[in-house]
Amino acid sequence: MSLKATRDAYGEWLKDAGKINKDLVVIDADLSESTKTNVFAKEFPERFFDVGSAEQNLINLSSGLALGGKKVFASSFAIFETGRAWDQIRNIVAHDELNVILVATHAGLSCAADGASHQALEDIALMRVIPNMRVIVPCDAEETKNALDALLSLKGPAYMRLRREKEPIIDKKYKFQIGNAEILSDGSDIALIATGMMVSYSLLAADILKKKGVDASVINVHTIKPLDSQMLCRVAKNTGMLVTVEEHSIYGGLGSAVSEALSECYPVPIHKIGLKDTYGQSARSFEPLLKEYGLTPNQIAESSEKYIKKMKR
Amino acid sequence: MIKNLSSNDLNELSKKIRCDILRMICEAGSGHPGGSLSAIDILLVLYFNVMNHDPKNPEWVDRDRFILSKGHAAPALYTVLAECGYFSKNHLLTLRKIGTILQGHPDKRVTPGIEVSSGSLGNGLSISAGLALAAKIDKKKHHIFCLLGDGECDEGTVWEGAMLAPHYKLNNLTAIIDRNGLQIDGRTETVMRLEPLADKWKAFNWNVIKVDGHNYDALYNAFEESRNEKDKPSVIIASTIKGRGVSFMEGVKEFHGKPPNKLELEQALKELEA
Repeated sequence: MSLKATRDAYGEWLKDAGKINKDLVVIDADLSESTKTNVFAKEFPERFFDVGSAEQNLINLSSGLALGGKKVFASSFAIFETGRAWDQIRNIVAHDELNVILVATHAGLSCAADGASHQALEDIALMRVIPNMRVIVPCDAEETKNALDALLSLKGPAYMRLRREKEPIIDKKYKFQIGNAEILSDGSDIALIATGMMVSYSLLAADILKKKGVDASVINVHTIKPLDSQMLCRVAKNTGMLVTVEEHSIYGGLGSAVSEALSECYPVPIHKIGLKDTYGQSARSFEPLLKEYGLTPNQIAESSEKYIKKMKR
Repeated sequence: MIKNLSSNDLNELSKKIRCDILRMICEAGSGHPGGSLSAIDILLVLYFNVMNHDPKNPEWVDRDRFILSKGHAAPALYTVLAECGYFSKNHLLTLRKIGTILQGHPDKRVTPGIEVSSGSLGNGLSISAGLALAAKIDKKKHHIFCLLGDGECDEGTVWEGAMLAPHYKLNNLTAIIDRNGLQIDGRTETVMRLEPLADKWKAFNWNVIKVDGHNYDALYNAFEESRNEKDKPSVIIASTIKGRGVSFMEGVKEFHGKPPNKLELEQALKELEA
């Protein structure tokens, strides 16, 4: 599997999309080297605007530009963009259904060394609760570009959650469509429902489980809102038990979204793997931090196996 | 539409509109009369004598834009929009009722003529800067006007916008501060000192104009000066009186967010119609 960071894909995509779409403008809040909007800035300086370290201004300026007819991509780190500017996103961008695409990087634990202040573990929850807001979490760099293509042709706002680190590119057979969950591997004992980087880890976890005689499906939920409830219901009927896997708080994120949906159509036991009501912390690199919070493929497999045993007892 | 109304005409119109504002807030049983009455003269000059706009075509791309950052003065904006013909005056008494097009605070989704929703304070200035920037990118000539409350200037986002607009040389942006000196918890200078307010904006590199916010000619001249400014955004600090036009509301902080009761309404209408 080749490796690439979703944020690098974003920078490349912006540069390409900017050539075709002259109304595309990009705004950043003093993090353009990290979010990779600097790639666009170099190519189209007249359509790139930096507001400095002022996230509320980032969103307000973006709103004004959208009202003025521009297709706006606004970027910062996930924690600052969704947390600090939640009022502006809720009351203006989403309320007035403006053409502002919020593309935030360094989500989850991927901002490892910087510690808790920089690690967004609540951003999916914060965005998911806002009416009119779409929430997209691509599973890899390739899907990031496909999702951006889809968002470019849509009207209205969206939140896209990207990460800092290089991640594996997954072999996919489906055509990306906003709102679809995708089956990557089919098994009948349990389904691992994953989002973002945890999709590739769940595929690895499924391989581990297979060796132990457990046949697991792996589902990529790249769109957390609107959620593909029908598909998830079908999966639940097939396996009778689910595990959700996310690099986010289990409160308000993928696990919550899936639970909400299934409680309406086909309630089954759901084991939620993610951050358990806690802040992150500093680590020299990303992998040990994932291990600290139980998010490696081995740990996902182990935890899933334990849950199956517990529920079948 | 620029009507070039005389000061006398504006004065007569303002009395009628002040009555409408008070009637609708009284009928709604809640709302913000004080700040609506302090801001209304500014709105009248803008909508009748300064801004290029077309009530029959609210989405006209070359229109001047008005953003009400102090969203709680919505009744003032609604009466002016109705007077211009954006929607029927029959809607005025539906303010704040279920299903109305006149929400408690401006709602772009339902009211013709509203450029952006507001109500959460402090956001209008940098949204206006975005509109001004979009106009610059497209080499358009229209102008953006944004009305802020003075109490609203407590919000940090106002100063983020204040820093941004001169940085991008947005001379096509005019902010107006409705300087009525009162906010919910009391006098602005007691709650959170703003002075020296003009110096603050000067320090942020704005073209600062001070004006009597109830003097139509002075307001008009200030708007024209700001429109002709060549490289900076302008801020018009308009001295106003909260509750202006009704003796028992003028300078009374309780009428920031309290509707007049039936008796008070009658007395106010009597004063305004005298």
